Amino acid sequence: MSRLQVVSGKGGTGKTTVAAALALALATEGKRALLVEVEGRQGIAQLFETEALPYEERKIAVAPGGGEVYALAIDAELALLDYLQMFYKLGSAGRALKKLGAIDFATTVAPGVRDVLLTGKACEAVRRKDRHGRFAYDYVVMDAPPTGRITRFLNVNDEVAGLAKVGPIHNQAQAVMRVLKSRETAVHLVTLLEEMPVQETADGIAELRAARLPVGRVVVNMVRPQVLDATDLERVRSTPRTALARSLSGAGLGGARRGGHAERLVDPLLAQAGEYGERYALEQEQRTVLTDLDLPLNELPLLTEGMDLAGLYELATELRKQGIA
Amino acid sequence: MSPEAGKRTSGGPARHQEGARRLAPARVLDVDPLLDDPQTRIVVCCGSGGVGKTTTAAALGLRAAERGRKVVVLTIDPARRLAQSMGIDSLDNTPRRVKGVDDSAGGELHAMMLDMKRTFDEIVEAHADADRAAAILGNPFYQSLSAGFAGTQEYMAMEKLGQLRSKDEWDLIVVDTPPSRSALDFLDAPKRLGSFLDGKLIRVLLAPAKVGGRAGMKFLNVGMSMMTGVLGKVLGGAFLKDVQTFVAAMDSMFGGFRTRADATYKLLQAPGTAFLVVAAPERDALREAAYFVQRLAAEDMPLAGLVLNRVHGSGADRLSAERALAAAENLEDPRIVDQDGGKAGVRNSPDTYGSSDSAEPTSGATPDAAPGSAPAPSPETTTSEAPTPETLTSETPRAEAASETPTPEAPGAAADTSAGTRASAPDAATARSVDALAAGLLRLHAERMHLLAREQRTRDRFTARHPEVAVTEVAALPGDVHDLAGLRDVGTRLATSLPELPEPGA
Repeated sequence: MSRLQVVSGKGGTGKTTVAAALALALATEGKRALLVEVEGRQGIAQLFETEALPYEERKIAVAPGGGEVYALAIDAELALLDYLQMFYKLGSAGRALKKLGAIDFATTVAPGVRDVLLTGKACEAVRRKDRHGRFAYDYVVMDAPPTGRITRFLNVNDEVAGLAKVGPIHNQAQAVMRVLKSRETAVHLVTLLEEMPVQETADGIAELRAARLPVGRVVVNMVRPQVLDATDLERVRSTPRTALARSLSGAGLGGARRGGHAERLVDPLLAQAGEYGERYALEQEQRTVLTDLDLPLNELPLLTEGMDLAGLYELATELRKQGIA
Repeated sequence: MSPEAGKRTSGGPARHQEGARRLAPARVLDVDPLLDDPQTRIVVCCGSGGVGKTTTAAALGLRAAERGRKVVVLTIDPARRLAQSMGIDSLDNTPRRVKGVDDSAGGELHAMMLDMKRTFDEIVEAHADADRAAAILGNPFYQSLSAGFAGTQEYMAMEKLGQLRSKDEWDLIVVDTPPSRSALDFLDAPKRLGSFLDGKLIRVLLAPAKVGGRAGMKFLNVGMSMMTGVLGKVLGGAFLKDVQTFVAAMDSMFGGFRTRADATYKLLQAPGTAFLVVAAPERDALREAAYFVQRLAAEDMPLAGLVLNRVHGSGADRLSAERALAAAENLEDPRIVDQDGGKAGVRNSPDTYGSSDSAEPTSGATPDAAPGSAPAPSPETTTSEAPTPETLTSETPRAEAASETPTPEAPGAAADTSAGTRASAPDAATARSVDALAAGLLRLHAERMHLLAREQRTRDRFTARHPEVAVTEVAALPGDVHDLAGLRDVGTRLATSLPELPEPGA
């Protein structure tokens, strides 16, 4: 199992949720996992129902079986100051740089420096060892930028290594790339059973592969339960409305004759079944597209009560059940 | 399990839902007057990723065009099939006329997809002489910057908007915003880039290159020379030199950048601009929307309202999820069906017909309104669209059952083809399979009602915080939108203040 698990996905597919559930699942049975946020949205804090995360590794959850999940929201600016301090012992000069706008420049405008710092910090956590020579974290899970930008984000070190041909940024970039392109890393893509996310997933995988970044799994999130199957949908077409009305009436839902409560339920219920059928067909189509990608494919259920902390543990259990973690 | 279970549970949650409905948005966003108003020159669609921003922008553009305005839609990252259907799948960074638009009202629809790098290149070419432009375009720093790092896309979208607006060729410009990590990036990035471009740092970077390297260092104070020294060390000398060359070459354009960024910003604050925040009835999307609403207010940007996409409705929303599930369990319970040979046991469900049909199991259900005895519209029929829908409580069917009692005696009632006979074995099997299907439909309905309740709760949280924001809800579509017909449909849904309930059989 790769130690750096990068989770990406189109916006709105729930990649933060999947990343968090994955961290919980990986930490189960006494392991330590670090969940890393790079986009400054504080999505992890919201998910774990805690206050905003500082730029500091802190324990946010206990996994079943005594494992621990730590979280870190990487702030590019602080990471850069950290880094300058580490290499150049810049105390006050760092602040002067900030005043001058250099830090802002480096972390927002300068091509890729920001991404180098973010990936660099994550890779540092992957490689870090304690006094006894054991890895500080068994796993690092990154809630990464969306699919459209993931290859560029992960590959930025290659680009920067090309731009900055010598110097510490160059060396740092090279070191990071060695981790990201090794078997230590797996990039997972989260999708929904809808056309655009699936299309973007397929494109994203092609890009990752072209950049020789290691693709892990495709996780289909928020899969709706199958209420009616193909046979039921066939029956929807062949069953007389009157029979349905009588059946509903028999279940205690009012009169079956025209205008009765049960009879008036038939049309809307059939309309809902029609929509369900249409969506069911589209979902099957998208499932085929995903299967053709030839990658391990996992499905996570839609939580009917909405996403909360309990739901997160539920998804983590599901991930373990499916052997992802 | 039993009907009683349904009876017990249906009251509480149902009341809760009705309570939620009363919290309807104070204001309804009326899209058509906004689109028709000649004063409206720019509509900006913003919101977090995955909420249907691009589709909304395209649908608004099409609707405005078909209502007679000359419209250009600037999209950032449309779905491939949608782009193809609009004829803008090739990136050439100029608006293309969209074919297949109904132009009977005198309008036109043009669309373009933003090519970020190309837009940046065009600025350079337009504002620098040929040699300088060539130097900039060939600079490795520039190539990375223009190809799309954080902020560039947002800046270029604003830049393109400014260009389109200054041409004054269109009545209305509809802009889709980039799929940023946060909706706020769209407002932040241009300022950030602008402040960088004429910031102190630029001067520092510029100085050595301008005066010819080391010799110039004397003229700078020690602090500044240290800065460049540090940057050189961190980034590598060659990289810094690239940056300096780039900055020097761009120097003449900085004023222009800043001026245009400011002008576009002012344009966004002007009365001719309308922001639409797009969201889906999900927690995260609406949280982002709330941030954006606050931010727009802080920046004096004119917010027209919230477009809430993918809202679910139900034509049977008077039947609560709990009651539907109880009924489904009732139908699926094989014990009852087997014991009483067919539907008898079920037919005896006490709260449906009271005692009126206990003796003759099937007859109570049979009379599908004998010909002639036209269904006397019960009071409930007309109230089905009423704003405060009553839930099917146990009282209502009973009242109805009473009004039905005369019918079973009516001669010819048994003429109904499919169920006039007593339950023979095959009929019992058919009835069971119909019951199974009905149970499935009820479970599907229960799921829909849960979804509805969740969406309403989420939406109400937003409305409570921002009662001033006008809202339009767009009913969820089963699939993606790929063509003009689909966009037209979305446009209609946008303009209809409340989601149309799905047409039966549609």
